[in-house]
Amino acid sequence: MAKKLLFGLGLFALASIAQAQVIHQERSLYRNIIVEDNGDLRCLKFTVRTTKSQQSCFLKSQPQQLVFNYTKLLMTSLLVMPEPKRILIIGLGGGTMSNTLAQLYPQSQIDNVEIDPAVIKVARDYFGFFENSKIKTYNQDGRIFIKRALLKKQQYDWIILDAFNGDYIPEHLMTKEFLQETKALLSKQGVLSANTFSLSNLYAHESATYKAVFGDFYQVSNQANSNRIIIVSRNGFTANSLNKNNIKQLNSTLRTFGIDIYSLYNSINFTLTDQNWPKNTRLLTDQFSPANLLNTQ
Amino acid sequence: MGIELLGGRILAPYFGSSVHIWGSIITVFMLSLSLGYLFGGKLSTHSASLATYGTIFFIAAIALLPIALSSQWLMEVIFINVEDTRYGSLLASMALFFIPTVILGMLSPYSVRLLVKSSNESGQVAGKLYFISTLGSALGTITTSFYLVLWFDINIIIFGFSATLANLGLLAILINKTSRAHKMEQTNG
Repeated sequence: MAKKLLFGLGLFALASIAQAQVIHQERSLYRNIIVEDNGDLRCLKFTVRTTKSQQSCFLKSQPQQLVFNYTKLLMTSLLVMPEPKRILIIGLGGGTMSNTLAQLYPQSQIDNVEIDPAVIKVARDYFGFFENSKIKTYNQDGRIFIKRALLKKQQYDWIILDAFNGDYIPEHLMTKEFLQETKALLSKQGVLSANTFSLSNLYAHESATYKAVFGDFYQVSNQANSNRIIIVSRNGFTANSLNKNNIKQLNSTLRTFGIDIYSLYNSINFTLTDQNWPKNTRLLTDQFSPANLLNTQ
Repeated sequence: MGIELLGGRILAPYFGSSVHIWGSIITVFMLSLSLGYLFGGKLSTHSASLATYGTIFFIAAIALLPIALSSQWLMEVIFINVEDTRYGSLLASMALFFIPTVILGMLSPYSVRLLVKSSNESGQVAGKLYFISTLGSALGTITTSFYLVLWFDINIIIFGFSATLANLGLLAILINKTSRAHKMEQTNG
């Protein structure tokens, strides 16, 4: 009894020092899942210690605001594409991306794909992830979902690849063959945005692979937490694919989500003018995809 | 073990990287090894020779080749016909790994038969063999997962394994021939 009390007190002390409180914790088939409250901020984490592994955060009082930098960065894609009617999100996290897009485009269809059933449940229970007849969730491996969708001759206007966290990379979602399959699933003007890394040896290999499949691409990165967003299109981008035609309108709609589209516009890079990896870099393929090993170097 | 490790890589594009992929692969490897031990033991009772031993190596080398050469269309067919990735991956592992692993499993009991001279030392011989084969598995696992996948295409690694087996087989057959020639000389002389 005394032991229990001491233990409880210890936990309480720990929580108050870090000012963060773990409100849910479970070990799923794939990872540790931790939901943490820090004042108004609620975060989904996949490991205990690092802050790098925060997957999804939102402010309980202002659930609309996008807290995470990379979710904001993903919105840069809207500058280079028409309004998406059919959206595919691979990697659910807390479901914040799905929720935001559902508010931005209430008429659009959103398909979420998540490999871990426990993550889907946590998103529903703790992050206000909502679904309806237009917003669906599939508990499946991303690559399998895409292969099956191709067989059913489906198409998407925007595919968001958000399946990489800092700890482990699903290597079969980074290869040339996977990108080719994803490209085939895009509609004529369709765009693929991938949330991925900007550090380590993997950078060059990944960049070279995207370029080999899609041609030159746009990217926005955030050095601070080593995220970068790769934006590619089925048709391939040219130097003037990025323009300010709809920036005013986007600015007014995105402001409510805490996104400054003008600063995103200014931080975007085009690989045609800005290629910063060696030309002869080896491509990642289904035959050669040591992404996790490369990521540690 | 090297092949088993590559199995996960080979199946991932068609069946994903869920836990049941490893379930399928490990199940098929255990099943085929157990059958291989049984068949190998049985085979060793019929005039065991180094030549037969070498031939098993050789057949194993050939049986590995379809993993590199035919895996794409095989997995494609299974993917289209089996919607459930659990049974899809189980079928695919069966199709790709069953035969070569059975044959590789035959080598262990056959080695015991060739090395044991008296029943007194049989335990020690078996112990040494377990030691070598399990240590080999450990080394195969670590070199494949740490280095080989970083340097080579999967198919190249499989061809490498196959070539190694074929060479070992050849070596066994050659040794068998020379020792036989030696014996002939002795009996003639």
